[in-house]
Amino acid sequence: MLDRIELRGIVAPALALLVMAGCGGGDGGGGGGGGGGEAAVENPVDAATAGNIAGSIMFEGTAPSMATIDMGGEAVCAAKHASTPMVQEVVVNGNGTLANVFVYVKEGLESLTFPTPGPVLLDQDGCIYEPHVLGVMAGQDITIRNSDGLLHNINASPEINRGFNSSQPVAMETTRAFGSAEVMVPLRCDVHGWMNAYIGVLDHPFHSVSDGTGAFSLSTLPPGDYVVEAWHELYGTQTQNVTVATGQTAEVSFTFSAS
Amino acid sequence: MMPALTRGAMSEGDPGVPSGFGVPKRMATVVLVAVASALTAGSLSAQDGDDLGQVTYDRWCAGCHGVDGTGNGSAAGYMLPRPRDFTQALYQIRSTASGELPTDEDILAIIDRGMPGTTMPGWEELLSDDERDALVQYLKSFSRFFSPDQVPQALDFGSPTRVSDDVLAEGEQLFRDVADCAACHGDGGRGDGESSTTLADDAGFPIRAADLTENWLFNGGGDVEDIYRRLLTGLDGTPMPSLADVVTAGVITNDQLWALAHYARSLSPEDPPGITEVVRGVLFEDAPIPSSVNDEAWEGVERAYLPLVGQIIVSPRWFDPRVDGVWVQAAHDGETVALRVSWSDPNNSPDPLWADFKSQVISAMQPKEGDPQDEGPTPDQLMVQFPMQMPDGMEMPFFLSGDNRRPVYLWQWQSDSANALEGEGRGVGTEVFQSDGQNLTVDASHADGQWQVMFTRPLVTENDADLDFVTGEAIPLALFAWDGDNGESGTRGAVSSWYFLFLEDPTPVTVYVAPALAMLLTVVLGFLVVGNAQKKERAGGEVVSETAIS
Repeated sequence: MLDRIELRGIVAPALALLVMAGCGGGDGGGGGGGGGGEAAVENPVDAATAGNIAGSIMFEGTAPSMATIDMGGEAVCAAKHASTPMVQEVVVNGNGTLANVFVYVKEGLESLTFPTPGPVLLDQDGCIYEPHVLGVMAGQDITIRNSDGLLHNINASPEINRGFNSSQPVAMETTRAFGSAEVMVPLRCDVHGWMNAYIGVLDHPFHSVSDGTGAFSLSTLPPGDYVVEAWHELYGTQTQNVTVATGQTAEVSFTFSAS
Repeated sequence: MMPALTRGAMSEGDPGVPSGFGVPKRMATVVLVAVASALTAGSLSAQDGDDLGQVTYDRWCAGCHGVDGTGNGSAAGYMLPRPRDFTQALYQIRSTASGELPTDEDILAIIDRGMPGTTMPGWEELLSDDERDALVQYLKSFSRFFSPDQVPQALDFGSPTRVSDDVLAEGEQLFRDVADCAACHGDGGRGDGESSTTLADDAGFPIRAADLTENWLFNGGGDVEDIYRRLLTGLDGTPMPSLADVVTAGVITNDQLWALAHYARSLSPEDPPGITEVVRGVLFEDAPIPSSVNDEAWEGVERAYLPLVGQIIVSPRWFDPRVDGVWVQAAHDGETVALRVSWSDPNNSPDPLWADFKSQVISAMQPKEGDPQDEGPTPDQLMVQFPMQMPDGMEMPFFLSGDNRRPVYLWQWQSDSANALEGEGRGVGTEVFQSDGQNLTVDASHADGQWQVMFTRPLVTENDADLDFVTGEAIPLALFAWDGDNGESGTRGAVSSWYFLFLEDPTPVTVYVAPALAMLLTVVLGFLVVGNAQKKERAGGEVVSETAIS
């Protein structure tokens, strides 16, 4: 029984190894496509002619107060937080910037094909997803880890991709990948109603999430004109046209306002 | 013969639900029939193609699932869970892995059998094979996910392991400590786990963790094989995850997954409750009748399951009753009658933890009923209804609180009061309760997602406003139940049709004497016959043949 699932158990690690071997090559050697069976892809970007995009996400107005999360029912998780955990819908940093904004190249890379990077980690630690917002390439393995050792379920409800809902009742890892670009794929844990995360799935690796200082960066892009989008789970999206020149870093900033 | 809402409605409009699903399933179809009957006129206009699947869909399915397959038909607002949105191709009941598309056989199976516990009826006996096959293809056409190149592959589910006490014990341990099914389904499996207050489906509507003690209402069927499949595939679009990764990772073995399925199956009765017309009031001649709701004496008293449905006669109606049935037991000792009613309800309302769930249910269900205001915290309630006077013949009061001609006598209990009240009803909303001279006492307990409420009253009282209970006669009885934290109060609740309470007569002496007499008579007659035959045989062979001819 379980032919298909057992097969996946073998294929997935094999693919992951293949991908990691490819990325370890240094000069953009080929990696296995997540879809399986494709020829290895050469990284089309010449580092010598590439440029970068960097900037930060500003926040205007009064930050909405986020609800506190009552983890009283899960002592293991509550104990992992030094201060009372808060809902992560809007996280405004001390310097007035906005965290957890997904920034990515929306247009300008359509003609290029990129190798799929190795697995990326999405952790469930202290009954929150870490990170809260994550970018991956289509076909890139996402290792979903349960570091809490208590029941979580990972319920992905995309619209373009197929979703899944997998139980993790103990400390364990589950590997999944999304085959098509989609911004964003929501994830939730139904056991802990406050737990949610977003995964941005792209056809290329140029994505970033604004951090605790509001900063983001998209590195080693081919020179050219791009449309860059910034996505926030409550405040929506903004786009800007950005030109990248060889050896230069184009400075871009987005400003979201409390509405 | 009975003025029953459910039976009357079903005899006219029952769309051929397979008999295997039993009464509760058929009850669920009533809601669909009631709301769909008003819709067919509108949906018939869509018959412009000659595609059999489309014609069949537009006629029978679009009222709930919408002409465009998005699940937004005009009846959808009466339903929780909402009808399936076919454009996302998220199917709960599949033979394929979590997130995978269903096979054609999976879709056909749901069309054929319906989904117990929901408003989706089975269509196997109403639609032809060609129509149902065409429907499968038409449903798939709503979603871009289906493609002729990709045929979904069913998992190999193997066959069940043997069940034993050890297997059940292992299953229970997995249920509580490893898979932690109790997080949502609760320790007793009645859907009252800690996380049950915040569950929502993919469309954001509130959803209940299944009550595992009522396997005849499981969406995908209640056999151990069905349960095992749901454990392995999950119920896509709902909070119920797949445990396939847990098995693949070696956290539990496949045999243990079967043990879990066997345990979940064991939480429901061996057989689904059958059709019961009569609740037998057991006579306690030598032992006292149960004195409290948790008295062990109740264990020996047979119980009858009476299905309840939403009240959909009087506005505002209620299409999402939490209580889909109650177990009723009755006992008496010739002086006093005790009635114990037990039903699944995840919490003792009003409970602040459920306030959010309640307001979501109301906002999902009430726009169709004129949006009455949220009344704030509401308790759970139970009302037992009898005729004010024993009816002559079969003419019963109107089953919803009677009317002026035939009023009803009521017992009313609610979770925020220590007392039960006797009262009188002459129609919905006219109920008045006796302010003094109460002869009714009540004892209630809520544990593990179940209410148990015991009423006690003398068979005969001095109050003219009370019905005197007689033994040896069928006393009409109906029950109404409300879950306050499911947004239920007033006309928004669950109702039953009329059933009967039959209080056993004290056993007359003739019951003991008659069998002894009959036995004696048989023996005497036997000797006579044998003796007679022997006499004739001694008289000669031709006499025997003569006897045979005569």
